[in-house]
Amino acid sequence: MARYFLARFLGLAMVLLATSFLVFSAIHLAPGDPVTFLLKGHPATPEAKAAVRAQYHLDDPFLSQYAQWLGDVCAGDFGRSVQFRQDVGALIASRLPTTLFLIGYAALLIVLAGVLLGIVAALRPGFVDRFVLIGTGVATATPSFVASIGLVSVFSVKLGWFPTFGGGQGFAGRVEHLTLPAVALAFTLSGLLARVTRSSMLDELAREHVEVARARGVAETDVVRRHVLRNALGPIVTVVGTMIAGLLVTTSIVETAFSVPGVGGLLVSSVNVKDFPVVQAVTLLTVAAFVLVNLVVDLLQPLVDPRLSPTGRGAS
Amino acid sequence: MAFLEIDELTVRLPQGRAARPILDGVSLRVGEGESVGLVGESGSGKSVACRSVLGLLPEGAAVSGAVRVGGRDVLGMRRAELRSLRAREVAMVFQDPRASVNPMRRVGDFLTEGLRAAGTAPAVAARRAVELLEAVGIRDPEGAMRRYPHHFSGGMLQRVVIAAALAGEPSLLLADEPTTALDVTTQAEVIAILTRLQAERGTGMLFVTHDLELAAAVCDRVYVMYAGRIVETQTAAGLFARPRHPYTAGLLASTPRLDPDAGPPKPIPGRPVSLAEAPTGCAFAARCAQVRPECLVEPPALVRADDAYAACFRVDEGIVT
Repeated sequence: MARYFLARFLGLAMVLLATSFLVFSAIHLAPGDPVTFLLKGHPATPEAKAAVRAQYHLDDPFLSQYAQWLGDVCAGDFGRSVQFRQDVGALIASRLPTTLFLIGYAALLIVLAGVLLGIVAALRPGFVDRFVLIGTGVATATPSFVASIGLVSVFSVKLGWFPTFGGGQGFAGRVEHLTLPAVALAFTLSGLLARVTRSSMLDELAREHVEVARARGVAETDVVRRHVLRNALGPIVTVVGTMIAGLLVTTSIVETAFSVPGVGGLLVSSVNVKDFPVVQAVTLLTVAAFVLVNLVVDLLQPLVDPRLSPTGRGAS
Repeated sequence: MAFLEIDELTVRLPQGRAARPILDGVSLRVGEGESVGLVGESGSGKSVACRSVLGLLPEGAAVSGAVRVGGRDVLGMRRAELRSLRAREVAMVFQDPRASVNPMRRVGDFLTEGLRAAGTAPAVAARRAVELLEAVGIRDPEGAMRRYPHHFSGGMLQRVVIAAALAGEPSLLLADEPTTALDVTTQAEVIAILTRLQAERGTGMLFVTHDLELAAAVCDRVYVMYAGRIVETQTAAGLFARPRHPYTAGLLASTPRLDPDAGPPKPIPGRPVSLAEAPTGCAFAARCAQVRPECLVEPPALVRADDAYAACFRVDEGIVT
């Protein structure tokens, strides 16, 4: 078991190292010169340009720039933001709670709506099933920015139930401000999860051990809970994991649409102005979160299905 | 009155899914503590007949006739009555233990599930499950309770399934091809355990199989099914000594034998009647060596011939093979 964990964490470190290189080189391959932005509002004299280039090590060879940056990152220093003239780590840290709250909120909505709709559809073939299928089909086909616009125009502008922008303060304020963004994020994905849940449930419903349980006089609700839903969890957990990881990316669209002061919105504005230290840090963070979520999913799978236990002895 | 009585049970699938009924006027009896075999090829309807005893019928099927357990009609039972019947009176052992045990739950959960559904306290159910595991010959029963199905071989898992079936102390055991999915050596062990426990506890058994010899070895009486009908029934010994229906005779002749004088096995020509075909006369006529014109007109009824019953127009003439 310890060997397994060690191997997984080594793998995680390797993935992060490889991505850090890609992230660092990608920003340098992108067109445009950060110096122009850095000098915005100042006369772009050759001396000023040279000073900026020196400050950000822009004239060093590429690999040594990378090594310098990687060393700083490992020490927890992500550099200074070009647009905010502020430490990137502190900048992200101040916005991270809002984003994490939004992602958690959206994930909760996705799981609740998706799993519930999926179960209902699987257990009620016919009209209900078709209704859910059509509804989730529409939801899945709706991009989150379209959902954002629709939600704002109905619930904020027409009905005035929710604010149109901002992140809110305290738990209640956050819930008030982030409900619409969370719904916008959850809309597409809960439709997808409902479909995954439905088909996984249908697969399990057809299994013989389900009929055996019925043939032994087990009540139908227990059959569904202990044999059908329990066994259908594998694909659901995998998909939810991927979705949560994906939310880290999708959130930038929704945060921009609702002007939520989160990490996603920060990424979008930083890309627009070539604020490369911020882009690098946020991208690396996203990749790290992605890999971590996948690791958590992999560690959860043996709890769901004892046959997948890495030691082959079953979870105990 | 027999403990299990199936009377004129006819089961028809919805229009368009089958041309003939899956079960056509099937009647059978299993007395208390009696072992009865139900033999037929795949598709003959033997499993459907077996499941009907638990009130498990194909979805959307039209059903007529009666299934009575202990004098009560199973087909008219409400949900709660059915659950209690399944948990306490009639238990079933299915063909493939790998498929019939939930792979994601512990063996102990599987064993006690039926008892707990019937309202037994968890601790009592667990104690009972350990006793039963011991009775079916599983070593370290306490440890086995905590293990998962994939830690067991097929034969060991079928023992677990048998233990689970006996947990509720049923009066009737339905065994639907309980050894077909196992290898030959394990088959013998599982059959030995099944018949020993059944005899010890005085449990009645309906033993469904495609293997006539196995049925004869395990059972007191045997019913032979063909295309949804009972074509012959008599004692296991009588069946071998003097089969009354040409199909039974054909089944016996097609069994390979070790005896050097026996000659090669003779397969029955043709193939079983599918659900898409609905022959007007005797369903076996197309494969029968002794077919006569009247066989093609209407299906023969089950008639008595000494101690046996057979559904054949030529039952009195004896069979020439």
